Amino acid sequence: MAQTTTSEHNHDAHAGHGHHEHGFSHPMPIWMLLSVFFALLFLTGLTVFQAQFDLGNAEIWASLTIATIKAALVILFFMHLLWDKPLNAIVILGSLIFVALFLGFTLMDAEGYRENLIYNSTIEASQPVVVPVDPITGAAVPAVAAP
Amino acid sequence: MTAIQENLAHVVDDHADHHHEHPSWLAHHFDDAEQQYDSGKLGMWLFLVTEVLFFSGMFCAYALYRNRNPEVFEFCSSFLNEKLGAINTGVLLFSSLTMAWAVRAAQLRQHQLLVGMLGATLGCAAIFLGVKAVEYSHKMEIGLLPGKLYVAQLDGAHGPHKGYLEFICTVPAIVTALCAFYAIYAFATKSLFHQRVAGPMLVAGLCFFGGVGLGQYLEAQEEASKGHGGHAAGHEHHAMVDGHVDHGSHEHAAAPESVHAAETKTAAEIAASAATAMGGTPNVYVSPTELKTPNADVNQRSMAGLFFSIYYCMTGVHAIHIIGGMIVITWLIVKAAREEFHEQYFGPVDNVGLYWHLVDFIWIYLFPLLYLIT
Repeated sequence: MAQTTTSEHNHDAHAGHGHHEHGFSHPMPIWMLLSVFFALLFLTGLTVFQAQFDLGNAEIWASLTIATIKAALVILFFMHLLWDKPLNAIVILGSLIFVALFLGFTLMDAEGYRENLIYNSTIEASQPVVVPVDPITGAAVPAVAAP
Repeated sequence: MTAIQENLAHVVDDHADHHHEHPSWLAHHFDDAEQQYDSGKLGMWLFLVTEVLFFSGMFCAYALYRNRNPEVFEFCSSFLNEKLGAINTGVLLFSSLTMAWAVRAAQLRQHQLLVGMLGATLGCAAIFLGVKAVEYSHKMEIGLLPGKLYVAQLDGAHGPHKGYLEFICTVPAIVTALCAFYAIYAFATKSLFHQRVAGPMLVAGLCFFGGVGLGQYLEAQEEASKGHGGHAAGHEHHAMVDGHVDHGSHEHAAAPESVHAAETKTAAEIAASAATAMGGTPNVYVSPTELKTPNADVNQRSMAGLFFSIYYCMTGVHAIHIIGGMIVITWLIVKAAREEFHEQYFGPVDNVGLYWHLVDFIWIYLFPLLYLIT
C-alpha cells in the first residue's frame, strides 16, 4: 500500500519535472500572441480603408488578399499550425484545395452567361428600365416589385 | 511478499512506459498523454475540414450570384452598417486572442488566468451576438428580408414593424437571469468553484446587452446621418448630388453653389422635419452615394431579396456557430474552475480554441465580402 502511494507520488513528481519543458505542449509567448492580434487589427483597418476607394474589379481581389493574409495569420499562429504535426497541415490544406476546385469549377462557365445579365448602369433613370421578358407569360417583369 | 514484489514491478513498469497507471484524465485506450492529445487534435482538424467545406457551399452561392449580378451587391451592401461589421470583426479578433492565451494558460497551469481568458472569450462572443441582434432587428424593421419577404426600398409604403429586437432579446434575457440566480447562489454558498463558473457566465450575459446597447447607439448614429442625407436627397437636388454619409457634408455638398449653402441646409432641414411631422417613416432609404433614383431593377425580391437570403444564411449559420462555441466554452470554464488542465492535458482547450479560430476565420472572409462592397 505504501508502495502504491510512493508510485503515485513519483508519477506526480515526474509530471512536475516535465513542467520545465512543458512536455509536448508549446506555450505561445505573449509577445507573439499580442503582435499577431495587432497585425490582424491593422489589416482590418487596412481593408476598411481600402474599401473607401472604388477599385472596380480589383476591389474584390484586394479585399480577398487582405482577408487571406489575416486568415493565414490566424491559422499559422493562433491555431499554431506552424508547430503542429505536418499531417494536420496536410489535412487542412487539402480542404482548401478542394474548396478552390469547387469554386473554380462552378465559376468556370460563369462568363458564358454574361449576355443574359441585366446591367444597365448607363441607362438614365428617367428612361424606362429595360427588363427581361418573363419566359412563360411573355410579359415584362415589373421593375419594382410590389411590397 | 508477492504483493510487495508486484507493487515494485508496477512501479518499474510505470516508469518504463506509463502503461498501467492511467491518470484520470488519460482515457484507457491511449498509451500516453501525447498520443491522446494528437489523436484528439487530428479529429478536430478533420471536423474543421467538414466545416470549411460546409461553408464553402454558401461561399459558392455568393460567388456565383455576385459574379452574375454585381450591381445587386453594390446596392444591397449599402444597407449593411460597415461600422458595426468592423466592430464585430475587432471583437472576434480579440476573442481569438483571449482564446489562444487561454491555451497558453492551460499549458502553464495558470488556472485563474485560464478562467479569466475563457470568460473574456465568452463575453466577446456575447457582444458579437448583441451587435448582430441589433443589425438583424433593424433590417427586419425596414423590410430587408430574405427572398420574397423583401420589401422594396425607396417606396416607403411599408409601416415600420417594431419589436423584433425585444423578441430576439427574450432568450438571452432569460439566460442572463438564470446566470444571475446562479451567481447569487454561488456567492450565498461561498463555493469558490461555483463563483468561478457563475462569474464569467453572468458577465457574458450582461455583455450581450452591452453589445445591444453599443449596436443601437451606432445604428442610431448611422440612421441619423443617413436619414438626414436621405431626406435631403429626396427633397433637394443639390444636397443629393454630393450627399455623403457623414454629418458635416451639407456645407460641402453645396460648396459649388456656396450662395445657396445656407438656403439648402435650411430647406433640407425643413423637409426632413416636415416628413417626420407628417408621420412619414424615417426609414425611407435613398442611397447617399446614388446620383439618381434608379436601382429599380435591383430593388426587388428576385434581386435584392436573393442577396438578403445569402446574407441571412451566411451570417446566421455563422451566428449559430458562435452560439455553439459559447456552449463548449462554458463547459471549458467548468473544467477550468475544477483546475483539470495542465501541461499533459489541455486538449479540450486547444481543440475548442481551434474551432473558435475557425469561426473567426470565416468571419474574416464574411466581413469584407458582405459589408465592404463599393
